[in-house]
Amino acid sequence: MTSTADTATSEAVETVTLTIDGTEVTVPKGTLIIRAAEQVGIDIPRFCDHPLLAPAGACRQCLVDVAAPDREGNVRAFPKPQASCTMQAMDGMIVNTQHTSDDAKRAQEGVMELLLINHPLDCPVCDKGGECPLQNQALSHGRPESRFIDVKRVFEKPLALSSEILLDRERCVLCQRCTRFSKEIAGDAFIDLQNRGAMQQIGTFNEEVLNFDGYEPIGVAAEDESGKAFSSYYSGNTVQICPVGALTSAAYRFRSRPFDLVSAPGISEHDSSGAAIRTDHRRGKILRRLSDNDPVVNEEWITDKDRFAFAWQNLSDRLTRPLVRGEDGELHEASWPAAIARAAEGLRAAAGRTGTAADKKAKGVGVLPGGRITLEDAYAYQKFARVALGTNDIDTRTRISSDEEQAFLGAAVAGTGLGVTFSDLEKAPAVLLAGFEPEDEGGVVFLRLRKSWGTQQVLTVAPFLSRGAEKLSATLIETVPGAEAAALAAIKAGTETADALGQDGAVIVLGERLAGSPGALSEALRLAKRTGARLAWIPRRAGERGALEAGALPGLLPGGRDAASASARQAVADAWGVDGLPETDGRDADAIIAAAAARQLDALVVGGVTPSDLTADLRKALDRVGFVVSLEVRRTEVAQYADVVLPVAPPSEKPGTFVNWEGRLRGFATAIRTDAISDHRALDFLARELGVDLKVGTVSDVNEQLAALGAAGKGERVKAPTAKAAKASAGASDELVLASWHLLVDEGALQDGEPYLAGTGRTAVARLSQATAERIGVKDGVVTVSGERRSSIELPVVITPMADGVVWLPAKSPGSWVAQELGVEPGARVSVKGGI
Amino acid sequence: MSESDDVWKVNRERDGEAQRFESNFPQYGPVGRAFAPVAGFGVTLRNFFRPTVTEQYPDKKTPAMPRYHGRHQLNRYADGLEKCIGCELCAWACPADAIYVEADSNTEDKQYSPGERYGRVYQINYLRCIFCGLCIEACPTRALTMTNEYELAGPTREGLIYEKQDLLAPLEDGMLQAPHPMVPGTVDDDYYKGDVTKVVKEQTEWVREHRPEDPTLPENQKQEAGRG
Ligand code: SF4
Ligand code: SF4
Ligand code: SF4
Ligand code: FES
Repeated sequence: MTSTADTATSEAVETVTLTIDGTEVTVPKGTLIIRAAEQVGIDIPRFCDHPLLAPAGACRQCLVDVAAPDREGNVRAFPKPQASCTMQAMDGMIVNTQHTSDDAKRAQEGVMELLLINHPLDCPVCDKGGECPLQNQALSHGRPESRFIDVKRVFEKPLALSSEILLDRERCVLCQRCTRFSKEIAGDAFIDLQNRGAMQQIGTFNEEVLNFDGYEPIGVAAEDESGKAFSSYYSGNTVQICPVGALTSAAYRFRSRPFDLVSAPGISEHDSSGAAIRTDHRRGKILRRLSDNDPVVNEEWITDKDRFAFAWQNLSDRLTRPLVRGEDGELHEASWPAAIARAAEGLRAAAGRTGTAADKKAKGVGVLPGGRITLEDAYAYQKFARVALGTNDIDTRTRISSDEEQAFLGAAVAGTGLGVTFSDLEKAPAVLLAGFEPEDEGGVVFLRLRKSWGTQQVLTVAPFLSRGAEKLSATLIETVPGAEAAALAAIKAGTETADALGQDGAVIVLGERLAGSPGALSEALRLAKRTGARLAWIPRRAGERGALEAGALPGLLPGGRDAASASARQAVADAWGVDGLPETDGRDADAIIAAAAARQLDALVVGGVTPSDLTADLRKALDRVGFVVSLEVRRTEVAQYADVVLPVAPPSEKPGTFVNWEGRLRGFATAIRTDAISDHRALDFLARELGVDLKVGTVSDVNEQLAALGAAGKGERVKAPTAKAAKASAGASDELVLASWHLLVDEGALQDGEPYLAGTGRTAVARLSQATAERIGVKDGVVTVSGERRSSIELPVVITPMADGVVWLPAKSPGSWVAQELGVEPGARVSVKGGI
Repeated sequence: MSESDDVWKVNRERDGEAQRFESNFPQYGPVGRAFAPVAGFGVTLRNFFRPTVTEQYPDKKTPAMPRYHGRHQLNRYADGLEKCIGCELCAWACPADAIYVEADSNTEDKQYSPGERYGRVYQINYLRCIFCGLCIEACPTRALTMTNEYELAGPTREGLIYEKQDLLAPLEDGMLQAPHPMVPGTVDDDYYKGDVTKVVKEQTEWVREHRPEDPTLPENQKQEAGRG
């Protein structure tokens, strides 16, 4: 920003000048007194005040003496102390806090005494003890002695609001931070103030009056305002902002004290938002994760998955030493040098690099790094594939994908730097979501969109209005999966939707599921051109964007270069100091798996890939292919087929960078020091053994190379796709189109080992429209869905206002593992029968 | 001569004056000075006729003073439930970082202490402990006190890390081994106030049902006594 722009903005802000404790301070008009005091370093005690929530004035702890000019301009004192967290600063105001005014001090002490009257003061058994604002402020601003001698009010404790969130009403100071967060930020109001006077309490809604509609969580749960069982994805934030120990989480209950914990900042590995987190660990074990404050990305909120799902890395199947398959066909622990030597031997033969006659018959190696890796790891995987193995058969997209998607990503996403940002999303006057569920697939993206609720128009191309979309008051553009291209094409100039998207700052959000809808991404590009709206591609997994930047796709080189372009290949080869890069077109993930299953590949290098997440039959491929090297944190199913298993570090035990969907680099340092090594380091060892120095041993090595490579130049980029929508094919009468996406809390591998979180996940249901349900004849409220595999999924039905001829299933919820059981992607036809 | 040299000189003179002092040792006359070399034997001779202070440890053990800071003990309530609630305040207070505590939730099947929380792991490292007693001061439930036991030496480091079972007070007559439910109708406050004075029928029955072999059950005790 230039200095002129700076002055221009500061001139535009109207300011007021007031005096606090004798110090003059100038703040923008509308600033609350408590914030103005913060600016001059004056601390006013508070409970309910939170910078990201609307002022409530609920706790009265922040009372100060205020005098303000009246209409004639005479400065007159207010007769009573005022709550500084609700009163805006005025020009000429004189504020005296507890530091300079005895009245204010007495008022604050009085409020504190009142708050403590019914407080159990069971700090020794309270999870907040040691980091409790009530403890601290009672000490700094309270009376040393209580005059209360009567019996305290008691409540049953604790009350389970969900399997994860526990409420201890005795400790509550009725500040309403939790209820305000739930209503204002997350939109899942589930608790509210009830009763009056001494019996006033935070309570849950009455289950008798309320009924459910298919969003019940798996575990225990209270009901929310709308009558649904409380299953918020953001409930953990209330625990963090509760200024006392009234709200606690089952996972961290009685686990430790703040002085035991070592805190390290980090980035969440759970989604593509790159939310800032704080990891608290004790003796090498993670005990909890909190949200960090990063105003440009996640503000102070994270999803429950970011917060609670960390047990996976310390389960009993964690690998600490390399495993090598011995003569007896079993895996045995081996030293690193032995394992690397064995892996290199197998890969050398498969890649045809032994320098013997056998090389002619070698069919090559496929590389599947998985979508959860860091930028550095992705870079190492692709350099390893291209330089050490001489192949373009590398793809991180072990999910629904297509060539059209690769062209779209190469043309519009990879190497484009910071694009649409969180704050752009928040400010956008209109947002069109396509193939993207803001709450389930976006996490904190949803919170940003919801922040603009009421001022922002949200449109969603989806088969029905999900609960998340409903909370955004989104307009549904009802679309059968697979027909997204047509739906986007139908937004013609002159229509209301096109006008909305034509506004300055409008954004089109595309989800990764669009890859499965032929023509949709091409059509999205056309729509963006037509309306002038900006595009944002928001994938689900944390490593997706980094993999694009690093070039870990078959057709993409680092920086968004086209692997099919000779000049791009040359540029990269020069930078790497090699003679040339492989020219043959690479296979994508599905093709690699198919080729391995057909014995057209001799070896696979597999990173963090879960076979049950894939529609392609990875198990068969692993079984048939001659040689498998697996780089994994835990001993997973892939290890059963692997010849060599190399243990790698989970994100908390290594440094690295995630690139979030905005294109923002989210670097993080090692939170817990162990001797586990990152994928890129293991690949560096492996390449050395193969006789190649990839120089990817450290994070800084990789980052230097990435910086030197930069983004693709003109003529090095991939051409934008121009695919057309596929003609809809008529299916058999009992066939329906499958709609499906991953719920935020489900049975993903990174959520293993956390039963309390799993309990807040939503129970699996199948959704059908009324007409469709009648047509197929739903019996006993249950349907059986079967796809290409022999197994099927039986789920209870919830009739939902939605597109006819469509059945919706959660992608990997308990009892509904769509990819594994049905073997088809959303948009495919599945047969659906009523009853079991 | 510069100004600073002046200052230096003045300071030296003042120091010189200050160093002139009178000794306050007694000044002896000529006889005193003659006997001075053997005066020390006088002390030795005098002690021949005084009572001896040598203790015949370890052959004969002398009890320590009642408030001696010895090995810690984790106490129990009258019904055998543990007093420790795993609050870690003792660990927090410890200046030598000798105490390690991990708490957990009491459940219906496993109630170790009154209330919601108990200490699942409790360790004191006697290689670190300086026996200051600050942990005792910090304990909100009087769970932690110090005994008079002072024989805390051993050949291994591990052996000097005392675990919870090493520190727990032995069960007195009539106490019932935890875990078992609290006395029906009571809350943790009643325990703190000392209103629970003995094991009640319900507790015994619970243990009988869940751990019929438990040696602290009255019938098992009688058997043992009979056998002995
Ligand atoms: S909320 Fe704070 S003051 Fe209240 S019991 Fe817990 S730690 Fe103590
Ligand atoms: S539960 Fe916590 S956040 Fe909610 S009102 Fe009570 S004190 Fe405030
Ligand atoms: S011994 Fe006392 S201070 Fe230490 S954890 Fe137990 S109850 Fe807390
Ligand atoms: S902080 Fe001002 S009323 Fe609560």
